[in-house]
Amino acid sequence: MVHKKAGALALVAALLMTGSAFAQQRVLNFTTDNNDPAPKAAWEQLVADFEAENPDVDVQMNIMDREAYKTAIRNFLIADAPDVANWYPANRMTPFVKAGQFLDISDVYKDYGLDTELASTLPIVTQDGKQWMVSYTYYQWGIYFNKTVYEQVGATIPATWDEFIANCEKFKAAEIDCLTTGTSQLWPAAGIFDYLNLRTNGYEFHKALTSGEIPWTDDRVRAVFAEWAKVVPYTTANQAAIDWQDAVPLLVQGKAANYVMGNFAVAPLKEGGMTNETLGFLPFPTINPDVPRAEEAPTDAIFIPAGAKNVDDAKKFLAFVARADTQTKLNEALGQLPVNSGSTVGDDPFLKAGFELLSTTPGGIAQFFDRDAPAEMAKAGMEGFQQFMVQPEELENILARLEQVRQQVYK
Amino acid sequence: MTSFWKANQRRLAPWLFLAPGLLMFAVYVIIPIFQSMWISFYDWDGLGEAKWIGTANYVELTTDPNMVTSFKNNIIWLVLYMLAVPAGLFIAIFLNQTVGGIRLYKSLFFFPFVISQVVVGLIFSWFYAPNFGLFYKVIEFFTGQGVAILADPGLVTYGIIAAGLWPQIAYVMILYLTGLNNVAPDQVEAARLDGAKGWRMLWYVILPQLRPATFIAVVVTVIGALRSFDLVSIMTNGGPFGSSRVLSYYMYEKALSEYGYRMGYGAAIAVVLFAIMMIFISGFIWKMWRDETER
Repeated sequence: MVHKKAGALALVAALLMTGSAFAQQRVLNFTTDNNDPAPKAAWEQLVADFEAENPDVDVQMNIMDREAYKTAIRNFLIADAPDVANWYPANRMTPFVKAGQFLDISDVYKDYGLDTELASTLPIVTQDGKQWMVSYTYYQWGIYFNKTVYEQVGATIPATWDEFIANCEKFKAAEIDCLTTGTSQLWPAAGIFDYLNLRTNGYEFHKALTSGEIPWTDDRVRAVFAEWAKVVPYTTANQAAIDWQDAVPLLVQGKAANYVMGNFAVAPLKEGGMTNETLGFLPFPTINPDVPRAEEAPTDAIFIPAGAKNVDDAKKFLAFVARADTQTKLNEALGQLPVNSGSTVGDDPFLKAGFELLSTTPGGIAQFFDRDAPAEMAKAGMEGFQQFMVQPEELENILARLEQVRQQVYK
Repeated sequence: MTSFWKANQRRLAPWLFLAPGLLMFAVYVIIPIFQSMWISFYDWDGLGEAKWIGTANYVELTTDPNMVTSFKNNIIWLVLYMLAVPAGLFIAIFLNQTVGGIRLYKSLFFFPFVISQVVVGLIFSWFYAPNFGLFYKVIEFFTGQGVAILADPGLVTYGIIAAGLWPQIAYVMILYLTGLNNVAPDQVEAARLDGAKGWRMLWYVILPQLRPATFIAVVVTVIGALRSFDLVSIMTNGGPFGSSRVLSYYMYEKALSEYGYRMGYGAAIAVVLFAIMMIFISGFIWKMWRDETER
């Protein structure tokens, strides 16, 4: 019966759509990789809101698989460009801008006063003095932990790395993985490395390392791996074979205590049955107290491809996404933080914690290893991190190989 | 015009019939081969301007540790994939009997070849999956310590090859089954009268008659091993840390994947892979040519 109702609804909706199509709507093609349930719903809502404000525009949202999108984008930009699509700012946008695949949207920034409203991300969407993307969300990284198992083994919430490692001993005795992750897609390993690096050497070093100014065989890099080696024995075995989503149940079921992840992990963790009472968030613990605290907060953004057909409506859409109230609503649904300075943060303990964390960061905010470093270095680096977690004794070989890649990439 | 046609009709007709096929073959196979070779001399990100760098890509290949891993894995693939030939023969002989319902058994054995490689890859990655995979559980039951094949740099390639062998054996089996249908019954009869049975019968009477089937089985298996891409892509993405890469996957990674912005380097890998394939392909063509002309 329910199915029948849904079917009837769909039929009515389809009829309505064909009806409205006669009213000479302009089509706006929007290609996106937000295929996880929560982000997908959030964007569908945003598109509906946009269409309500602009009844003469029909937004066709084309949703692709998130991982596949990263390779597909280069094909569809050239072969069949949509009017709007999403991508990552900073280094990941550079090759596209260089190749002239992005449309210059500096006028949108001027016309709608976005230089002030989106000021915080202006540097990473600017290249050659022009703006290329509109950022709509960012999210903190940190440690998500299972409060129940913390109580079970009598661990206290760690403020320093030494305390964190001391907790690991307790978890080990209870046969719980102190740290879990799933690196079959490689990038989760980079999150751990970035934080260890930010805490050991700080943001400026992170920037210099990802721009290739520091050899991988440098003692400061070795220091990061030395800290990492302390937690490797307490990390989930076989993490190299599982996806980040597969590590989620380990934390939910109490088989693991801590998970270094981005805030997007909260949705699947809660779906798995965790609540605000059992799921905790803590900033990555301090390693070197003299290093100013820096955080990792990747930003997502949308852009207009150079081959877009409906540029006018695309610009309207970008301006709509940039607006304070839109970003408030979108990010509440996404469970992430709005970029627009006029937006308000959703009423969720993890968002509040993230906002608090990022707005008080003295050291600087990093994008992410694979967004700050060029693609080839990122890939080799993340493979090295993954290998280190499986074979820590291979460190010398890993560093030598990364150094070889660095000399190749940045020449 | 008509007189020209009349005079040369017999010479021209075959070419006219071949023309559509030749055109397709040229556009989709021959020309891209030369394009790849051409691109391999450039530094090109696939979007912007291409820069001529001569043989620099090939020079870099010689010192690239990933290339060594991929090459080594390709050889392991080639060697172990050959197991599909004897295994397929064995199953074919086993199934080549007249029992009730044998057709059903034959189709069940053939089943893995019918399903897509992607599905095979998924099935096997669940089979190996740490904590809940059947294989992992069985090993854990017997030794107390499960083995996550796909997370172990030393075992991962073998795990993927095992997955690849499953459909490949089925393929070889069907080739041999059709071959066995054509084995001359009178020769078998004669051999039997002379007292041949068991291994001797197989080796001296049956196998020589299966030579065409064996040839095709070896060809498809070699090619299957060299173009092993889908299983690697589905099961491990080349990981952990690149230890299950093969040449075809490494080429894709360098040229087309998320972090690959080096068309030229990818093309250079493709050229190397092509050269390796050419060794086998020329061998096969030479053999076929010889067989044709001897007749």
